[in-house]
Amino acid sequence: MSSATPSTHLPACDAGAPAELLAVHDLRLQFRSMRGLVKALDGVDLTLHDGEILGLVGESGCGKTITGLAILGLLQRPQAEITSGAIMYRGDDLLTKSDAQMQKLRGRDISMVFQDPLASLNPVFAVGKQIEDVIRLHTRGSRREAREATYRALASVGLPADKDTFKRYPHQFSGGMRQRVCMAMALACGSPLLIADEPTTALDVTIQAQILNLLLKLRGELGVAQILITHNVGVAAQTCDRIAVMYAGSVVEEGPVGDVLNRPHHPYTIALYECLPHGRTATDLQTIPGTVPDLIDPPAGCRFHPRCTRVMERCSTEKPQPVSVAERHSVSCFWAAEKAGIQIDARRAPQADEGASHEDGASA
Amino acid sequence: MTLLQVDGLSVHFRIRRGLLKGSDDVVHAVDDVSFTLEPGETLALVGESGCGKSTVARAVLQLVRPTSGSVSFMGRDVAGMKGGARRRMLRDAQVVFQDPYSSLNPRMTVHSLVSEPLRANTKLGAQELEDRVLSLLEMVGLGTQHLWRRPHEFSGGQCQRIAIARALALDPKLVVLDEPTSALDVSVQARILVLLDELQRRLGLAYLFIAHDLAVVQSMAKSIAVMYLGQVAEQGPAAEVFSEPRHPYTVALLNSSPSPDPEARATMRVLEGDVPSAVRPPAGCRFHPRCPFRMPICEREYPAPHGVGSRMVACHLPDDFDLTQLGSARAGEVADVAH
Amino acid sequence: MATSSASMTTNSRWSDWRVRHQASLDETRYNTRVFFKDKLAVVGLVIILLTIIMAVFAPYIAPYPAQGQGESNLHARFEAPNAQHWMGTDNQGRDILSRIIYGARIPLIISFTVTAVIVIIGVPLGGIAGYYGGRIDEVVMRITDVFLAFPSLILAITFVAFLGPSIRNVMIAIVVSWWPWYTRLVRGVAVSLRERPYVEAARTMGVHNLLVIWRHILPNALGPVIVQMTLDIGTVILAAAALSFIGLGAQPPTAEWGLMISEGKDYILQQWWIGTFAGLAIFILVLAFNFVGDGLRDVLDPRSKR
Repeated sequence: MSSATPSTHLPACDAGAPAELLAVHDLRLQFRSMRGLVKALDGVDLTLHDGEILGLVGESGCGKTITGLAILGLLQRPQAEITSGAIMYRGDDLLTKSDAQMQKLRGRDISMVFQDPLASLNPVFAVGKQIEDVIRLHTRGSRREAREATYRALASVGLPADKDTFKRYPHQFSGGMRQRVCMAMALACGSPLLIADEPTTALDVTIQAQILNLLLKLRGELGVAQILITHNVGVAAQTCDRIAVMYAGSVVEEGPVGDVLNRPHHPYTIALYECLPHGRTATDLQTIPGTVPDLIDPPAGCRFHPRCTRVMERCSTEKPQPVSVAERHSVSCFWAAEKAGIQIDARRAPQADEGASHEDGASA
Repeated sequence: MTLLQVDGLSVHFRIRRGLLKGSDDVVHAVDDVSFTLEPGETLALVGESGCGKSTVARAVLQLVRPTSGSVSFMGRDVAGMKGGARRRMLRDAQVVFQDPYSSLNPRMTVHSLVSEPLRANTKLGAQELEDRVLSLLEMVGLGTQHLWRRPHEFSGGQCQRIAIARALALDPKLVVLDEPTSALDVSVQARILVLLDELQRRLGLAYLFIAHDLAVVQSMAKSIAVMYLGQVAEQGPAAEVFSEPRHPYTVALLNSSPSPDPEARATMRVLEGDVPSAVRPPAGCRFHPRCPFRMPICEREYPAPHGVGSRMVACHLPDDFDLTQLGSARAGEVADVAH
Repeated sequence: MATSSASMTTNSRWSDWRVRHQASLDETRYNTRVFFKDKLAVVGLVIILLTIIMAVFAPYIAPYPAQGQGESNLHARFEAPNAQHWMGTDNQGRDILSRIIYGARIPLIISFTVTAVIVIIGVPLGGIAGYYGGRIDEVVMRITDVFLAFPSLILAITFVAFLGPSIRNVMIAIVVSWWPWYTRLVRGVAVSLRERPYVEAARTMGVHNLLVIWRHILPNALGPVIVQMTLDIGTVILAAAALSFIGLGAQPPTAEWGLMISEGKDYILQQWWIGTFAGLAIFILVLAFNFVGDGLRDVLDPRSKR
């Protein structure tokens, strides 16, 4: 079964580069709503390497959360339909896996924490039990071993690994500590990949700093690779090794965080950075003209083109393919490619047979 | 004349525990807060959840009754006034809330929403109302085509503009902005901040700006008051407070705010512990349990705010104490966090 | 659209009105579509409309209008359903079909009037109690508690027993025992809404408290109230029929379905048609209201799939 692989932006494999843990290739997704068909993802390309933190940054509606859910296969069929693309985890295409196989994968290989820890935890069970349940679901072993693993999980997220904590209920924790509990639950089975969807948005800024530090610690000490989904550029800048900027359903720029934020290539990234109030007075703030497009009837060609200050003629009819403009730094933009002197093709539409094969593989 | 003067404001709430559970708990939402606001300026109240900044705003708007202290608006003590007189005076202070959707009645059209303050306080005819509403909408960048639609048909940013237009309807002198952009995307936030700035210059509005995002505050505010657990830790000209903070909490807040510059990573420090509950606040200085520089006196005695230059600081530490030491006081942190 | 010219034609005045109310018009159109998706609700609506037509035009529809109103015809007693009397005749020789048709009037009048009065009393009270809270809330809630503590039918019976059996007294009795439910319902909504920012904003603008309740709290409480009303109308019909059944409501020779069941109960084995058709009529009408209530809930309840 083939999968679309535009490899112009993937790094050439050399001995020094870390192994690729997760790669999303040209993922396209749509779902049905009352008003029509929402083309939520329009060709998402991502790469996550072992032990690195990748930030998925964008404003509301850009599709970052949906991408995270799609990776874990948490989207409801048939309302949500993946029309093409591949999600390669350690060489396996997750989209071809059955529900049962994905269920084994979740929690053990890939885990997720969400924005609202209170909604993610069952209020009538003690947190220790909830963590223990996850462990026992994925591993064989005695009750005692699971119990010990639970304590280890609690310790790894900076919570006291004692009976008192084990027996507490979710509502007895503060917001930040609840989020730690969720992370303990997510990492209890030693997942090498954690997807964190806006984990600190609901938290105070000093607590947020604690959680972000924890994410860094998990990366540093336990080697957990992470996809950090956030709309806060500062959070991404301080925590991530690489970031992918999303707009209206696709990744417009991806690369090392310092490169992308300090030497941005895509007009949206440039504009977004200039909107940030950091270090600017209100009179100096820049804004992006226009509004986020309606994904039921998105603009043709590059979805950002109606708001782009550097729009060219091609942009309204063709969608740009990602090209590499620097080491491990890729952009999807005709103007940026031209500026960098790189030849760029339009992104081609997915083949008909790819769509069919995914439907077969994706259904249980 | 000072537009708004708050002196020793305290707001305590009683949580009723019912007849059978003994004495009631008291939430010390706000304790002994004082500040002034001049016409046409912006004062920001900054802090995390539970610090009381929203309660202070509500007390200023008389949505909540102060337990003690005074709120003087345009030279007159607001709390002492009754019913009609108070309402009339309060026309000059309006509010914009955080969530654009829940601050607008979902069943009302934009016209009804923006004209409501006018209908409640003036006797304008239908045509005059419509004209005024249109000119208000124009000020915030909306138009006739929006007049008869309902909030759910608009984006968050547009709803916030409607709320701003409504707040301006009575020509107020003061607008209380309670986290006006926290629920908005970055690019939308930028537009709203630019709009607010422009309106301030054009109409000479004073803003009481409540926020938790320090970057936003820095771009908007002339003076700032940092609050923690109901009290003011530090206040003064924003530029000074940001460049030379004198209170350990301000330092922690500044350090925790993630900067979008990845190369500034080395300065992100972490403050341990959680924000305590306002029901049983710590004795002495309320920040002392989390303060890396606490001294024995901090546990016993509340540090009365004292002036340092053009600022007020509520801290027992000597004025020349080097707070950047906070940088090295990070026990147990992973060594390679900064790179 | 800020036109003030006095020479506006009717056409443009109409289109102007349309523009001003486009939000409501769009919403009504959308709601109608959602409502009509529920087939049962549509069936219920049709039944209700037919019943109303039946009640209004009874003199023209009923084959024996005089008998419908109570005149007896002792020559034709106990006739089984046949060509002249599609539903047969009762113990007084009156055409059952005509009595059914005329009998539709009372349940409809009772249920609509009673529900309207209950809503007019209960809803504002609930809004005031919920919005103001404190002492007012306590007082109102304790009063409703007292009324709710009585089983409503017994309370109604007691009332009617005191005041004397008649349709009017049945209505009073039901109103008295039923209003607390709406107060409670609306009070709950009011409590949850009073903290909403748009309510606080209204207060900041200087809008009077009562106006705040009227304009901001009550319209948003309408949804649950309307759904409850349609469901309750059915129950009111049943309650009124029950009271008539035990002789406390409509008095003979008035045609009323509950009364007809009562009259037919002695003959249930031999002349089953006397009471059965009336029972069926009640059943169908109440079911129709329940279906419509479900359909309305789909429209009005924000939590159901939209």
